[in-house]
Amino acid sequence: MIKSKTIKFGDNVDTDQIIPAQYLSQATIQQMAPHTFEFYGNFTKDFKPGDIIAGNDNFGCGSSREQAPAVLKERGVSAVVARSFARIFYRNAINIGLLLVECEKADEIRQGDVLEIDTEMGAIRNITSDSTLEITPLPPFMQEILNCGGIVKYLDNRRG
Amino acid sequence: MNAIEKIIATHAGLKVVKPGQIVDVKLDYVMANDATTTLAIDVFKKELKGERVFDREKVVLVMDHYTPCCSVDAAETHKKMRQFGMDQELKYVYDGVGVCHQLMLEHHAKPGDFIIGADSHTCTYGAIGALSTGMGSTDVAVGWKEGKVWIKVPPVIKIHVSGKWPKGVYSKDLVLKVIGDLTAKGATYKALVFEGEAVRDLTVSERATLCNMGIEAGAKFAYVQPDDKVKAFMKEWGREYYPVIEPDEDASYERVLTYNVANLEPQIAYPHSVDQVKPLSDFEGLEIDEVFLGACTNGRFEDLETAAAILKGKRISDKVRMLVTPASNAVYMEAMERGLIRNFIESGAMVSPPGCSACFGGTIGIIGPGERLLTTANRNFKGRVGSPDGEIYLASPATAAASALYGKITDPRKVI
Repeated sequence: MIKSKTIKFGDNVDTDQIIPAQYLSQATIQQMAPHTFEFYGNFTKDFKPGDIIAGNDNFGCGSSREQAPAVLKERGVSAVVARSFARIFYRNAINIGLLLVECEKADEIRQGDVLEIDTEMGAIRNITSDSTLEITPLPPFMQEILNCGGIVKYLDNRRG
Repeated sequence: MNAIEKIIATHAGLKVVKPGQIVDVKLDYVMANDATTTLAIDVFKKELKGERVFDREKVVLVMDHYTPCCSVDAAETHKKMRQFGMDQELKYVYDGVGVCHQLMLEHHAKPGDFIIGADSHTCTYGAIGALSTGMGSTDVAVGWKEGKVWIKVPPVIKIHVSGKWPKGVYSKDLVLKVIGDLTAKGATYKALVFEGEAVRDLTVSERATLCNMGIEAGAKFAYVQPDDKVKAFMKEWGREYYPVIEPDEDASYERVLTYNVANLEPQIAYPHSVDQVKPLSDFEGLEIDEVFLGACTNGRFEDLETAAAILKGKRISDKVRMLVTPASNAVYMEAMERGLIRNFIESGAMVSPPGCSACFGGTIGIIGPGERLLTTANRNFKGRVGSPDGEIYLASPATAAASALYGKITDPRKVI
């Protein structure tokens, strides 16, 4: 169970926004992480470790840079909720064990809303607006990778 | 099965595959560049405990995003890449030779191949009938170690294009129009197949522009059925041409979209999303500060040739600066031999060594607050090329050149 406030974005949040190109040459994710969403005051001013990121459609589109989910994880994002995710971002996030939650009604979530995410129950409780939002379950194969904590451990397990 | 399913089935060692099925596929190449390789090296060594890559001739490393280096961080990234290349005795480690996708087209990808790359525009090689897709550094590190990755077989959207190409209208205009219609998420998890008379009429270079931008609609693969032009392209690069996989006559597609280029006008994608597309006429006269001609989208010889023909004997406007970056050294040398580089310089443009250049805001050509960039690249995201308070417009090389002459967005049909 995850409970925290939300930092809200709109449609088509691209990976250049999450971590701009000029920082990808830095040696470690820890060095890049302070530049996460650096053009966005709602994130730079209000984000606290454990908070939830929410977007609408096509979250994480654009560049294949795995540094995007990696800096979100490094900053302590507890989950990313969106109506839909871009393919490469989705795969990268699952691979590194960052929780993604697909929710048809993510557009109803507002900046600052406090959410309670219960992936087992398949629901998000929006405490601020006193409503419940249904979660689209992860495909079983992706859930298995996430349960293992990412693709590396999944492959280890598969080899026995 | 359609061609996409057949290529996946071949690489999965299966007779039949269906959309939605998850399969392990053997990889013909695994490409990574300097924006993504160091993270992959860390995953390969520390997490996967990788010792040797699966095949030293199939792992390709390219320094293109940050080359030549403009920061100590980038220089360290390159140092680490070169060291990994030496340790693993990789046969192909390129630096400053060209954009990764152009090099893959020129030297590596073949019709029927299955290729992954740690770069979203890896889907470009569909132009010669290869299935190729972008993945993150972890998947690429897994590919280095195992020589295979898992993939979900995608449903296929067929884009049927008919009509004769009008003067001043190019494959870039078509693909912008298609992305505007599909939206930025319209092909997510899916493959795009471009076919029809107007696609057959395109050169391999123009087809590469089409496939390159498939990812801007979210596509996993973009593909054009190879033909004699691909055969000639392979021959030109001194490579073998393998028998091509043909789709079955009863192949199934999720849906078919039809276009006719006869009535297509030059298109523009406006800030800050690639699916915000309108006819150029809506922006005619909009003042610009910088023009970029290059990138894996439109930095090939024909693109430079189209632009140089418009600029020849004329000066670009004093109000703009123009940067030309050939997509590879081969393009650069051909452009030199045919006098195009002289044309660009005499017109007042800057010419840089090959690489990602001003498509990726990591090195040169970045814009300041309030400035407008008109570019032949593939993305107009906020802050992609410098200041987040700048604006990026996408267009064809002809539109870029015509607009450079006047310092404002200009219909190329007026100057051709």
